[in-house]
Amino acid sequence: MEFILPAELKAVPIEEAKRYDLIIIGAGPAGMTAAVYAARKKLDTLVISKNVGGQTLLAPGVETYMGYQYITGAELMRKFEEQVRQFPIALLIGDEVTKLSREDNLFTALTSTRKKFTGKSVIIASGRRARPLNVPREKELIGRGVSYCATCDAPLFNGMDVAVIGSGNSALTAVNELMSYARKIYTIVRASVKGDAVLREKAEKSGKVEFLSGYAVTEIQGKDNVERIIIKQIGGNKELGLDVRGVFVEIGATPNVAFAKELVELNESNELVVDCDCKTSVAGLFAAGDVTIVPEKQIIVAAGEGAKAALSAYHYLLEA
Amino acid sequence: MVILSEKVRQEVEHTLNDLQEDLKLIVFTQESECPTCEDNRLLMEELASLSRKIRLEVVDFAKDKDKAEQYKVDKVPATVVEGKEDYGIRFYGIPGGYEFLSLIHAMKMVSSKSSTLSPETKEQLKRLVKPVHIQVFVTLMCPYCPEVVHLAHEMALESPLITSDMVEAAEFPHLNQKYNVFVVPKVVINETIEFVGAVTEEEFLKHVMKSERK
Repeated sequence: MEFILPAELKAVPIEEAKRYDLIIIGAGPAGMTAAVYAARKKLDTLVISKNVGGQTLLAPGVETYMGYQYITGAELMRKFEEQVRQFPIALLIGDEVTKLSREDNLFTALTSTRKKFTGKSVIIASGRRARPLNVPREKELIGRGVSYCATCDAPLFNGMDVAVIGSGNSALTAVNELMSYARKIYTIVRASVKGDAVLREKAEKSGKVEFLSGYAVTEIQGKDNVERIIIKQIGGNKELGLDVRGVFVEIGATPNVAFAKELVELNESNELVVDCDCKTSVAGLFAAGDVTIVPEKQIIVAAGEGAKAALSAYHYLLEA
Repeated sequence: MVILSEKVRQEVEHTLNDLQEDLKLIVFTQESECPTCEDNRLLMEELASLSRKIRLEVVDFAKDKDKAEQYKVDKVPATVVEGKEDYGIRFYGIPGGYEFLSLIHAMKMVSSKSSTLSPETKEQLKRLVKPVHIQVFVTLMCPYCPEVVHLAHEMALESPLITSDMVEAAEFPHLNQKYNVFVVPKVVINETIEFVGAVTEEEFLKHVMKSERK
């Protein structure tokens, strides 16, 4: 059994009256790496985030972060946090930025607890959150069988039949999580499985998983709880009803950019547009990690981008 | 038999150096029909061995009915984190994974008898007149769950009328069925109010205050 411990606190005061050199929004792999690089350059830095670790916390196992052959997402993020806490970085955790604006070369970040912070530069590293299917009854049945977190909720479906929707690594990871609990796992894939072959093989060998490729979910049914899903063949007329108690939606994620939508350029998928130096369309505003247009949403890529963003912010502040 | 790895043991020992006043872990356990009771007892024994400020009392749930009644413990494994008095802080199921954070938090909080709740929340809680029973359903690898458990336990510390339970959902399937737990964290207050997900202190307080009117 794993026992997760609190990272040791080196409390740095958080001051609303201060003018920070850099405000980092988000404390996932990109935000935390940016924080360490900023501290090395002695930038007066504030990190604002709902939690420490972001989506990586949900990764049951990570085998692609160099230096670790295998590590859980939680443990990796704890190591990141410990490294951040070696430096005098102000960490405001448990809060989130609700509005970011810029006036006279200064940025203002308002938070959900009605705090107001000012910074000369900003890095947005706010990551993503699960994308919904947008089918009838999905919203009403959230918490009643519809789940977006297999790591959290899989143990609640012991002995039950469930469906996982999606074709990427997050879907296959959810399938692998559920294999220890569920009786049968239908995996609904629109085209073909895109996730890692290793994960797929493991799922196939379990004898519990049935892949249904070429189908899309059209409806979730159930009065008080999920009872059934309806899937329809893409480009065909075949329709199937599957009796399941759980639906795990793993069809990708949407960027957390609502607080900056009016300030900065986004692409059609709502991702922040950045150049190869992590610069956005606004001077002094940088971005890194899964929130940006950088194609591969990987921990190691996000961390690298976070480093680049901090160094770009440093050069910007030198020249400003 | 030890539960914690040497590395975790050392870190916990270091963390527990901050404990201020003595605290007591009261562990309710039974020999049969409780697959996690032994591990829970061993974990608490190990923790108690890491600080002089922690005392341990092991109670046989099947035999010592009076004690179970005194602490209103109705299932096992159960752990009461008690300070100078019983603040109503309970852990049902083994607090491993992310819930280890909740356990350490509860121990430190009880030992210092101070919470991080805002002055407004503390004021509001003083207005409670009826007992409030908060149950927070969690799973061990849910990263969003500890913050909800922390809030519930902090409210229990601040108000003598509040009892707060962490319930490890995977260990109590009959309760999942009873309360329709299909997502965590899920909070049930006085059997009448329920909500899911991590909420702010303000929102949580609203639910607690609303429970009085139901």
